[in-house]
Amino acid sequence: MPNLPLLSICIWLPIVGGLWVLFAGARAPALAVKKESLIISVATLLFSVPLYTGFDLSTAEMQFVERLPWIPAFDITYHLGIDGIALPLIVLTTFTTVLVVLAGWEVVQDRAYQYFATFLILEGLMVGVFAALDAILFYVFWEAMLIPMFIIIGVWGGKRRVYAALKFFLYTFLGSVFMLVGLLYLYFKGGSFDILDMHRLPLALDAQKWLFVAFFLAFAVKIPMWPVHTWLPDAHVEAPTGGSVILAAIMLKMGGYGFLRFSLPIVPDGSYYFEGVMVALSLIAIVYITFVALVQRDMKRLIAYSSVSHMGFVTLGIFIVFRVMQESGSAEGAIMGMTGGMVQMISHGFVSGALFLCVGVLYDRMHSREIADYGGVVNTMPKFASLMMLFVMANCALPATSGFVGEFLVILASAKAGFWIAFLAATTLVLGAAYTLWMYKRVVFGAVANDAVAALRDIGCREQTILIALAVAVLLLGLWPAPLIDVMRASVENLVLNVVTSKLP
Amino acid sequence: MQTAALVIVLAPLLGAIVAGLFGRQVGRAGAHWVTILGVAASFALSAWMFNAIALKGEEPFEWSLYRWATVGSLDLEIGFLIDKLTVTMMTVVTFVSLIVHIYTIGYMHDDPGYQRFFSYIALFTFSMLMLVMSNNFLQLYFGWEAVGLVSYLLIGFWYTRPTAIFANMKAFLVNRVGDFGLLLGIALVLMYAGSLNYQDVFAAVPDLARQSVGILAGQEWMLLTVVCLLLFVGAMAKSAQMPLHVWLPDSMEGPTPISALIHAATMVTAGIFMVARMSPLFENSDTALNVVLVIGALTAFLMGLVGLVQNDIKRVVAYSTLSQLGYMTVALGASAYGVAIFHLMTHAFFKALLFLGAGSVIIALHHEQDIRRMGGLRRYMPITWLTCLIGSLALIGFPAMSGFYSKDAIIEAVHHSDLPAAHWAHLAVLSGVFVTALYSFRLFFLVFHGKPRFEGHDANDNQAHAAGHAGSAHGHDAGHGHAGPPRESPAVVTIPLILLAIPSIVAGAIAAKAILKDGFFGGAIVVHEDHGAARLLAEEFHDWKAALLHGLTATPTLLAVAGLVTAWLLYWLWPSVPAVLAKIFAWPRLVLERKYGFDEFNEFLFGGGARGTGDVLSRVGDGVVIDGVGVNGTARLVGWISGRLRWLQSGYLYHYAFAMIIGVLLLLGYFVHGIGR
Repeated sequence: MPNLPLLSICIWLPIVGGLWVLFAGARAPALAVKKESLIISVATLLFSVPLYTGFDLSTAEMQFVERLPWIPAFDITYHLGIDGIALPLIVLTTFTTVLVVLAGWEVVQDRAYQYFATFLILEGLMVGVFAALDAILFYVFWEAMLIPMFIIIGVWGGKRRVYAALKFFLYTFLGSVFMLVGLLYLYFKGGSFDILDMHRLPLALDAQKWLFVAFFLAFAVKIPMWPVHTWLPDAHVEAPTGGSVILAAIMLKMGGYGFLRFSLPIVPDGSYYFEGVMVALSLIAIVYITFVALVQRDMKRLIAYSSVSHMGFVTLGIFIVFRVMQESGSAEGAIMGMTGGMVQMISHGFVSGALFLCVGVLYDRMHSREIADYGGVVNTMPKFASLMMLFVMANCALPATSGFVGEFLVILASAKAGFWIAFLAATTLVLGAAYTLWMYKRVVFGAVANDAVAALRDIGCREQTILIALAVAVLLLGLWPAPLIDVMRASVENLVLNVVTSKLP
Repeated sequence: MQTAALVIVLAPLLGAIVAGLFGRQVGRAGAHWVTILGVAASFALSAWMFNAIALKGEEPFEWSLYRWATVGSLDLEIGFLIDKLTVTMMTVVTFVSLIVHIYTIGYMHDDPGYQRFFSYIALFTFSMLMLVMSNNFLQLYFGWEAVGLVSYLLIGFWYTRPTAIFANMKAFLVNRVGDFGLLLGIALVLMYAGSLNYQDVFAAVPDLARQSVGILAGQEWMLLTVVCLLLFVGAMAKSAQMPLHVWLPDSMEGPTPISALIHAATMVTAGIFMVARMSPLFENSDTALNVVLVIGALTAFLMGLVGLVQNDIKRVVAYSTLSQLGYMTVALGASAYGVAIFHLMTHAFFKALLFLGAGSVIIALHHEQDIRRMGGLRRYMPITWLTCLIGSLALIGFPAMSGFYSKDAIIEAVHHSDLPAAHWAHLAVLSGVFVTALYSFRLFFLVFHGKPRFEGHDANDNQAHAAGHAGSAHGHDAGHGHAGPPRESPAVVTIPLILLAIPSIVAGAIAAKAILKDGFFGGAIVVHEDHGAARLLAEEFHDWKAALLHGLTATPTLLAVAGLVTAWLLYWLWPSVPAVLAKIFAWPRLVLERKYGFDEFNEFLFGGGARGTGDVLSRVGDGVVIDGVGVNGTARLVGWISGRLRWLQSGYLYHYAFAMIIGVLLLLGYFVHGIGR
């Protein structure tokens, strides 16, 4: 399918489909709406597959490029294209959305058509973020994406949903406004909103520093980094299952993507200037947050904190490159770190998505997220317990699961930057296992804790399908990460090369 | 050969998948047949390969199965290295695994988790084979953690028991401390050698040996010392060396067959194997070898002492395992890697035998594990009695038994070692022989001889027993109602005992000359020329008969016999004496019963410390500082200002948003204005 505008299809099919569901769904029977939503999401997934199969592994150039004039007065174009960094994230988005639609199948009763429509629209916008090559187009998708998520938390969320939704919105909105300022500055400086032009624009060090801070505010909130992470646990706890899954699996990745697409290539010297801070913040996230996760009493809150800690590996892998280059004098380790960070993003999409779905399975039955309300779930839900065990182990980065690959590569790479950096990063082996397994022990193992647990029924066919699909992804990526790493290889190598080349005029 | 190696690895995996995922479809018999056939195929092919490579002297070979990933120009591959060390480990692992599989049919007969259990132990066999057959550090790490995972699953097999699910988490976390060291060691290897393949790394050793690394500011350490110490941290956790040994006694919460397979014969020896595999690295660091010696000697002696005061039949054997692992570690420290593997092999046979024998006793007494409520079982269970006697004699190194050759060689090797720590290590392992004999035969006499103390077991103890297993939906209480006198176990249990008893007697004599004198492991083990222990050992050794004659009057033998006789006096002849001794030595006894306080220390410092830190960071760090002062404080500040200015009626969050946007617009205007100028 070389002639189809695949990226546009992946963006607009779910958006148009979602709008159609939204307007036609009020009168349609609930089941028909669900089926339509499923068909739209599956179709989008299928359209994203040729992006992978037709992807040229040998080049770091943008592929599947589409370019149309949009607002010619300001030279704003509808410019799409993907490289090896964007592609895995797009496939992750389309894959996860199918699962989220399935996950909401029987659970959402309240305004179901609006629920599905919101997720479909959100899917299109998220793909747009990853595919946009024009800064304004990117910014539009970036901000527009907040609205459906705000609605998802605010409408279908838990008791404190309004507080959480506002906190989420304000936090991320505030961050991204600074990014807009940065992008406008770049436009006035270089005369183009094209992101690839911005990559080539020489900039003075002071400008780079300011731009880095502007980008940092947007992306660090999104990913999130310590200390701007506190919106995440609140948002996760209050969000419905599907919202949590999208939030953890994809939205957080936009922070990492932003660092890779904007911060590093546009302001490499600025990034270099701040790399020490970034590495330090990443390590704080990894170590500090594991302790915080240890004492959480709410399962979703615990997994949310675990996400922050895992995202610490992403930022560590990304920003360790300077130090690795300096210490080892070759790009090998830098490539390894950045690859590790990328793989960690994809893996975390599967693993945290799966864990939130697992909590969702329990919440649907018991209407509680409190760890203390559970105990001995394995007695009544053995299939669920086995699948959750796999995801829990993936969360502990057990080899042969996807969770291992990213952390392994980042730790190996950071050893080249300094022994103590690797040492601190590796503490997650013990501490990460501690909080995850302790939660699993209290929830799943043990004798049946109460009558509610005794009355649980095991997961049905639909839930099994979702979790098994994720299990396959987690295992496949762990046993054989080469197909993923090969896709991003050329782009990562190119990016590392650009990053270490100064852009000072 | 390559196909055979692949089948060896994959056959147990296939069995595990079938029994695990399709347990209900294949049924109980289906599950044990498919896993046993898988492991049997592995064993047969391993034996064939052992014959070809170890006995007929075919060339070792190495190949990569598939490319795991390519990062930069580094290829990470999954592959196998089959040499004499590997084939020995493969044969031992698959043999013990096969025996344990058969035994499990009898032991787990009534358990509802029958298929799950077979799936786990077959999965374990797969993981262990991946570990020993690996040709690179990545796969080593995979196998390393995979056996840890299966161990975790199996210790918590009876997941309704609070003690079991505590023990399995503890085991996983302590092992993770080891993995932490191992991973950092691997990271340093990759950093300096530029490859994770064993052969590449070993080839780079002369270069690595000259490098140093700055860990603490201003201090340069020898690179290989740091690497070896980190790798050894991994070995310490997996092979339960002090102070990372704390998980192994608790792991006895798992079903007995896995105590035999995983926590005695195979998995816990992975650390020993790994250090032997890494001999080219360890040989270049005397510092690391000294540490290995000290840790091993401490474990060998101190853990043996704890075995003296344990009353749970499995825990006595567990402490004995700790102590024997200490012996193997000491051999590694003395650069006698072949001897360590030799003891690993004989120990695999006789310790698996002892555990399975203990399991046989436990079934006969309806899951009674307290040796104070046993005694006189010899009359009821002759086969178990005889095989356990063989196992115990082998364990204490009684002349002519397998353990005699391997343990004697260890003691001699340490004696010959020139390292500063060797002298003390020698004393420790020598006195350990007496201790070993004492606790082994204390156990043996208390269980099989003397007055039976289990009468009324049913009447008196049902309550206590039920309390001990409170909440156990999967207990074995079904057997309690109709408990007559103990009976000898069925053939699926006794035949494995006999099969293990044979190598427990003869394996030592058969293998002694090849390993001790003829350098059996060939190029798989590298010894630096300054470390002469193994060479001197080879010069002294002639053949097994001469060693036997010489050993009859040697100090270790005398110590072993002295221990045996002491046990005989105390626990058979004058059974009232131990109580008196306990009163006299109340203090040392308390120390031993508390196991030197490691558990309390860890729980207080690490358990409590981590939770406390988490509490503080969560409530103060995230709650008060970031959210309280930072986020909500900002919101309140904005609210306060807007309230003061009476712009809007205050109190609604969207007003704060409005205020923020205005601020941003001002900033924006400033920027645009600034650029326009």
